[in-house]
Amino acid sequence: MKTKKVEQGTLLVLLLMAVIYPFLSDRYMLSVGISVLLMALLGQSWNIMSGYAGQFSFGHAAFFGLGAYASSILYVDHGVSPWIGMIAGMAVAALVGVLIGFLSFRYKLRGDFFALVTLAFAEILRVLFNNTKALKAATGILIPYKDVWSEFQFANDRIFYFILLAMVIAATIFIGLMSRRKFGVCLIAIKENQEAAGSLGVPVLKYKLLAMAISAAIAAMAGTFYAQYYGFIDPTVVFSAAISVEAIVPCIIGGAGTLGGPLLGALIIVPLKELSNNLFEGVNGVNMIIYGVLIVLFVVFCRDGIYGTVIRRLKGARS
Amino acid sequence: MSLQGLQSLLDGILMGGVYALAALGLSLIFGVLKITNFAHGAMMTVGMYVVFALGNDLGLNPYLALPFAMVLMFLIGFLIQRFPIHYIEHAPTHNQLLLTLGMAYILENVLLVIFTPNYQTLTVKGFEKAWRIGSLTFAPAKLIAFGVVIIVTGCVYYLLYMTNTGKSIRASAQNETGAKLMGINVRNIRAIAFGIGAVCTGIAGGLLTPIMSIYPTLGETFQLKCFVITVLGGMGNLWGALVSGLIIGVVESLSGYYLGGSWSEMVIYGIFILILFLRPTGLFGRGNRREN
Amino acid sequence: METLKVIDVCKSFQGNVAVDHASLDVKEGEITGLIGANGAGKTTLFNCISGYYHATSGKVIYKDQEVQHKTAEKLCHMGMARTFQIAKPFGMLSVLDNVAVGGYNKANSRTQAYEFAEQSLDLVGLIDKKENLAQLLNTGEQRKLELARALATQPEVLLLDEVMAGLTPTESREMVELIDKINKTGITILMIEHIMPVIMKLSHYIYVMERGKMIAEGIPVEVANNPKVIESYLGKGLEVE
Ligand SMILES: Nc1ncnc2c1ncn2[C@@H]1O[C@H](COP(=O)(O)OP(=O)(O)OP(=O)(O)O)[C@@H](O)[C@H]1O
Ligand SMILES: [Mg+2]
Repeated sequence: MKTKKVEQGTLLVLLLMAVIYPFLSDRYMLSVGISVLLMALLGQSWNIMSGYAGQFSFGHAAFFGLGAYASSILYVDHGVSPWIGMIAGMAVAALVGVLIGFLSFRYKLRGDFFALVTLAFAEILRVLFNNTKALKAATGILIPYKDVWSEFQFANDRIFYFILLAMVIAATIFIGLMSRRKFGVCLIAIKENQEAAGSLGVPVLKYKLLAMAISAAIAAMAGTFYAQYYGFIDPTVVFSAAISVEAIVPCIIGGAGTLGGPLLGALIIVPLKELSNNLFEGVNGVNMIIYGVLIVLFVVFCRDGIYGTVIRRLKGARS
Repeated sequence: MSLQGLQSLLDGILMGGVYALAALGLSLIFGVLKITNFAHGAMMTVGMYVVFALGNDLGLNPYLALPFAMVLMFLIGFLIQRFPIHYIEHAPTHNQLLLTLGMAYILENVLLVIFTPNYQTLTVKGFEKAWRIGSLTFAPAKLIAFGVVIIVTGCVYYLLYMTNTGKSIRASAQNETGAKLMGINVRNIRAIAFGIGAVCTGIAGGLLTPIMSIYPTLGETFQLKCFVITVLGGMGNLWGALVSGLIIGVVESLSGYYLGGSWSEMVIYGIFILILFLRPTGLFGRGNRREN
Repeated sequence: METLKVIDVCKSFQGNVAVDHASLDVKEGEITGLIGANGAGKTTLFNCISGYYHATSGKVIYKDQEVQHKTAEKLCHMGMARTFQIAKPFGMLSVLDNVAVGGYNKANSRTQAYEFAEQSLDLVGLIDKKENLAQLLNTGEQRKLELARALATQPEVLLLDEVMAGLTPTESREMVELIDKINKTGITILMIEHIMPVIMKLSHYIYVMERGKMIAEGIPVEVANNPKVIESYLGKGLEVE
């Protein structure tokens, strides 16, 4: 019960901060806020499949990129509103997620091998998009600028911010509801011991695939947002390993398999990266060194992440 | 096969040798430590830059710079295993994967800070002209690289199969508890194994410096190729890694020649996925299938 | 009437035969015992019955259907539940949630799943610990948790793999009573057990396995006096109360 209170308290504080923030910040600060939320959304997406269901993905860029490309191609080539494109992208990503999952689970791949498969799929998509003329190949896609809300475009970045915030809130509420219901509890059971879960009647394959589909769809949603907000995508960016890592890191820092972990993780990392960027202006790479050091430190000393460790302590878990 | 085809076959074999050496290191690390080393590509890049820096700033011949790269790589590998990885040995597998990923970021970006993100090329005297044998041409650096690969691989095998250290390494790969009972200092042995793996990839990197322009994130490309090769050969199967290295080198070169360069990556990743699904123990079936 | 029939089941691992043409019948409402030395193949046979492994050959008939190709999930829905010899708690879930995972098997709602969970926790005597994380339980409690989870699936047939292992004498006495009680509620039981007095007391009928084969069967007294069984259990002090 104490745990529940702490969880709700933290989330409420985070929500309050997130709502007030855009009114106190200038253009630059707002863009930092959007980076935080984008990473939080990617983190929540990864959290479902890998944090809760325990299927370690190293290729979330595949879903992110599919989302970005689906909505952008539909918009630029066929004039379909990116709002609808986003739904299409989510569906495509979910399908690809299910396909990857089905093949992997059918061939009983687990652990590192599963991670490698997801990585390989992301890379294949990158190469495929990079070399296919019909998909604009390496030139990428420039989203023509208009200020029309029905086409997911806004002159005011604050609106972008609040739309992304709504997405993060929706994902978080979904996970919150899920974690107290059959689906969520069974996902954790699958993560802890798949065989035992199966022999208690948990539909293991179905649930794992469902988790992948939902996770992929959320990543695709983030992809569409990225395309609309930044206005330009190309395969080396949206299908890059860096994106896959952006999905993982907030969960590691905050705590995978917890409701607030990825949010807190994103809130810590992005500002830190910005800070080091400003501090070491002109020197490339320092921010990424800090990134690397953080990953190493957290994996070695705080494996459950900040939020995750607190929750574990509250629940009285063994350290 | 046309002359051009033959030429790319040969080129593929020569590059395949370098891949094989890097993959040998990866496979060794996996076999002994059960770690999927995501820092492997970055370690390779460190090897590249050591050779580059010594050659560019001190004018040292790249092949004389290799020993320096070896020492540095051994230290890096030894220390990574001895400290961070050692402390999370019993953590779930993905933690080790993440840790090596963090190390990769650190290594790559330290290089970036020191050497800038620009492409850099080391010109070696006497290597400007390709050597010709009949109507086939050879980049001298590639030919020498292949020779060095053969020598280094020989040394690694000697070390693993003929020396006591090597026997301890193989013993702890097969049965850690047994090795401990036999009085082997498993902790150091594992660190040495990681060191040797790092040396292999470092040398492979160093050998590439005279062949191509380098930049700090170049290793990422090779990282994935190394995964493909080790999985194809069977994770932990050293002979498998060597043979698969040559196979992937040839496949890359030939598919590049017949289908166009950009598609060769596609072919390689396709092979990767197929092998992961259909034969995750590798072509030769002796690799470890890791389940957690 | 047999709820469960195992006919000529074989299971081998890379050429090593673990179960070799084993057959057995489990009668509805009874407790059937399965005994045998370490490595005899009892757990492997259990795994073949419960869908954890698929038998290399042979048939498993459950409720008049061939089920040797069905998955563990499917069999659980059909009313067959099992416990594992090595307890497999979901460490980071609370005890109640652990059991609720089983409860969902037959429940139509979340409330009902948790009702089932509370009932079985109550039955095994673990209700006081329901808020605890499962990883904090001791060995005896983990066994009870295994049992509670299996019970929460509302099984008709329950397969128990050495539920007494690692229990203190008091705990095992309670466990014997508990198993008897569960059986009296109409649940058919097939149990593997090493502790002879326990199995002799509880079972209506006993099968004996050795090196993958069934070497004897009968009511407890018959089995206890069977020369082959005495031979393979030499020195183990067979006794029937
Ligand atoms: N997954 C497996 N792979 C290979 N061999 C196995 C596997 N599972 C069991 N075996 C082998 O099958 C034989 C029977 O094992 P099993 O666990 O069924 O015995 P048991 O009768 O349950 O013994 P115990 O009383 O010790 O639990 C053993 O020799 C064991 O080594
Ligand atoms: Mg057993």
